Amino acid sequence: MAIEVILPKVDMDMSTGRISKWLVAEGADVKKGDPLFEIETDKAAMEVESPGTGKLGQVTAREGDNVPIGQVIAWIFAAGESPTEAVQSKPAAPLVQAPADAAQVAVVQTNTSSPSSEIRATPLARRMAKEQGVDLSSVNGSGPHGRVLSTDVEALAAKPAPPVRKAVVPIVSATPAGNAAVLVPHDSMRKTIARRLTESKSTVPHFYISADCRIDALLKLRGDLNKAAPVKDGAPSYKLSINDMVIKAWALALRDVPAANVSWTDAAMLHHAHADIGVAVSIEGGLITPIIRGAEEKSLSAISNEMKDLATRAKTRKLKSEEYNGGSSAISNLGMFGVRDFAAIINPPHATILAVGSGDQRPVVENGAIVSATVMTVTLSTDHRAVDGALGAEVLATFKRYIEHPVSMLV
Amino acid sequence: MTDYSFDVLIIGAGPGGYVTAIRAAQLGFKTAIVEREHLGGICLNWGCIPTKALLRSAEIFHYMKQAENYGLSAKDISFDVAKVVQRSRGVSGRLNGGVGGLLKKNKVQIIWGEAKVTMPGEVVVADTKKIIMQPQIPIPKGVLGAGTFTARHIIIATGGRPRVLPGLEHDGKLVWSYFEAMVPKEMPKTLLVVGSGAIGVEFASFYNAMGVDVTVVEIMDQIMPVEDTEISKFAQKQLEKLGIKFRISAKVAKLEKKANSVTATIEVGGKSETITVERVIAATGVVGNIENLGLEALGIKTDRGCVVVDGFGNTNVKGIYAIGDVAGPPMLAHKAEHEGVICIEKIKGIDAHPMKKEQIPGCTYCHPQVASVGLTEAKAKAAGYELKIGRFPFLANGKAIALGEDQGLIKTIFDAKTGRLIGAHMVGAEVTELIQGFVVAMGLETTEEELMHTVFPHPTLSEMMHESVLDAYGRVIHM
Repeated sequence: MAIEVILPKVDMDMSTGRISKWLVAEGADVKKGDPLFEIETDKAAMEVESPGTGKLGQVTAREGDNVPIGQVIAWIFAAGESPTEAVQSKPAAPLVQAPADAAQVAVVQTNTSSPSSEIRATPLARRMAKEQGVDLSSVNGSGPHGRVLSTDVEALAAKPAPPVRKAVVPIVSATPAGNAAVLVPHDSMRKTIARRLTESKSTVPHFYISADCRIDALLKLRGDLNKAAPVKDGAPSYKLSINDMVIKAWALALRDVPAANVSWTDAAMLHHAHADIGVAVSIEGGLITPIIRGAEEKSLSAISNEMKDLATRAKTRKLKSEEYNGGSSAISNLGMFGVRDFAAIINPPHATILAVGSGDQRPVVENGAIVSATVMTVTLSTDHRAVDGALGAEVLATFKRYIEHPVSMLV
Repeated sequence: MTDYSFDVLIIGAGPGGYVTAIRAAQLGFKTAIVEREHLGGICLNWGCIPTKALLRSAEIFHYMKQAENYGLSAKDISFDVAKVVQRSRGVSGRLNGGVGGLLKKNKVQIIWGEAKVTMPGEVVVADTKKIIMQPQIPIPKGVLGAGTFTARHIIIATGGRPRVLPGLEHDGKLVWSYFEAMVPKEMPKTLLVVGSGAIGVEFASFYNAMGVDVTVVEIMDQIMPVEDTEISKFAQKQLEKLGIKFRISAKVAKLEKKANSVTATIEVGGKSETITVERVIAATGVVGNIENLGLEALGIKTDRGCVVVDGFGNTNVKGIYAIGDVAGPPMLAHKAEHEGVICIEKIKGIDAHPMKKEQIPGCTYCHPQVASVGLTEAKAKAAGYELKIGRFPFLANGKAIALGEDQGLIKTIFDAKTGRLIGAHMVGAEVTELIQGFVVAMGLETTEEELMHTVFPHPTLSEMMHESVLDAYGRVIHM
């Protein structure tokens, strides 16, 4: 029997996918498990493996086509099978209307995904996938007709993060060894970063405001709090970083100035109920922004421990999509690299991003005298459609107050 | 002109071999099968099937003796050993003929004789030298005889034979293997059965029902050692009620043969005891038939009397495969059949999957019957699972009581973490026909939820399967 090739669901809130590339020509032989085509969603690009062995035929979706998930896009015919008789194609799933405003969809987190019951999977596999946060549509089923078995879910959950592909193509082979310029093909993360930031910088009207924050009190409080950390199983139950305190201060500022905790959509201003703070984490080959949700309500130790977990899993690419999608604002901290100040690009649907520099000892004037103080410069980028200058200044001043009077974060 | 070249040649027409041959023919292979003695193999001629016929006679005899319990009367009941055996042989004969018909219908060429693989792709068949167990069913018509045959794919499906332990050698007169035990000329007064696996317990059950004084010796610490301990204990108690005596953790140290009796020295718990019986059945397992096939010369790997294969029946030599008993335990007909189909489908290039051995059910047709699939409680614990265990007794099932068979137990074992059914164990009337429900459930990876949501018909014994699952989750209704 011919095997249908369907467009799989590779991301949580995906309703359609764009075929970016067929990796096997129509009519060519393909083996089960071979990369068959590349699919792009609004967040990622990935290779999809062939569900069977045979000849690829009846390709209905071409490169560049946007196809609803679950639609049959081609067939794989066994030897001797006639394409005409096998394709009694199921009616294609109704074309899901592409959302007019991507930002809105992302922020509101509407679940446009197809019900998982459309995916062939055993009851046990479904339960295990649910419990382990594995997206069933991302699992290659090894059972009959690609049915997902419990072992498939186990294998995926146990699989180490996929290695960053480093296929290197020399373009000037004639030059002496070592001097050749090389082309490194983009992986899906690189493509996503490029696309999203280009879109943001060219469509979101950014403006920037900076402030110097004295952090001597913050450093002292951090030291005191860490020293006072209760010891559990031989290890302190938390170890706060400056960044953890910056997250908390920024979340409290957004809580105090709710007009700044918003997202622009064409139809209306979206006011967020919580300060869900994305924190940029640098990982091999790019960066990702896991989100501390409801950070304004979380204690410093809770934020600190959550951040450690998210950062660890981000580095092994084990974050679930809901852990890095959405959010209401973000923080990018390059202080550890000695950067004094910089301006960050907003990560839509956010309306703001806070760029944090290093805390250095600098001369400051206090009561007419020059004294030494530890100062950290922060720069807020805002989407002017959503947050005007005065509002940006207000929320930044609120942040500065929390940072300079850090005890107020604790009450 | 006789054609001596085939795509697939299978050695052995037991349940593994003939099923593989039919599947091969379905897949378009030009197929031949070599058999030296009887189509259908041990299973059909000297194993599974004829013993079921004997046990059926024993069961009806048992119910005749119980007639009063059902408001019936049966006086002067007796039996004729020769006719009981004759019926059993008749059942085998009928099915043997059926296998011949199926092979013919599928255009599988039967070759009669003993095969030897001389090189990859070549098999030499010689006339049968083995002493044939009598009565033999006539050799089918239209078979080829001795000769040299070629085939790209050679599948060894030569099955197994009774294991012979030193001191317990079968002599066919006083010490029987299952061959002689299946065709008794008269009933012995007393019988010693060595080994309480499926074969031993079934013969013990048969002879006991026919009025023979039966003692069973088992070297392990429970009867039916592969079964769940709780089920084994339950079965032992029921069998003891019917009159069978058991010596467990016991060993037959010595057999002293006289003209028409054997005195056995049994070591149990550091002590020696003797028992004198008319006949002994040695049922101490099965070993693979790996001899005289040319395996050594070809360098085909074997281990503990079986050919070493991967999940698709491949041996270490390309083009030579092995399936069934000769390819290792569990030595069960249904395992052989399934293995053969996987092997030939893989050869064809179909997307085949290795068999999940933990999902092969096992059935024993003693009275009460025993059936199981998956891990026993002890093995599940040893594997590190956290368990949810359900039990439901026949005592509380309407159909069981109506049948007059209220002694039995259905036990289900779940992985507490995932709800995966990892074992099902049953003892009681007709459980061999029930187990398949759980085998399907396991194969489809159902969890307790789907089993709970399944409607089981009333009134049936199968309702106990439902109740056992409910019990594992504290929701049993009729207890």
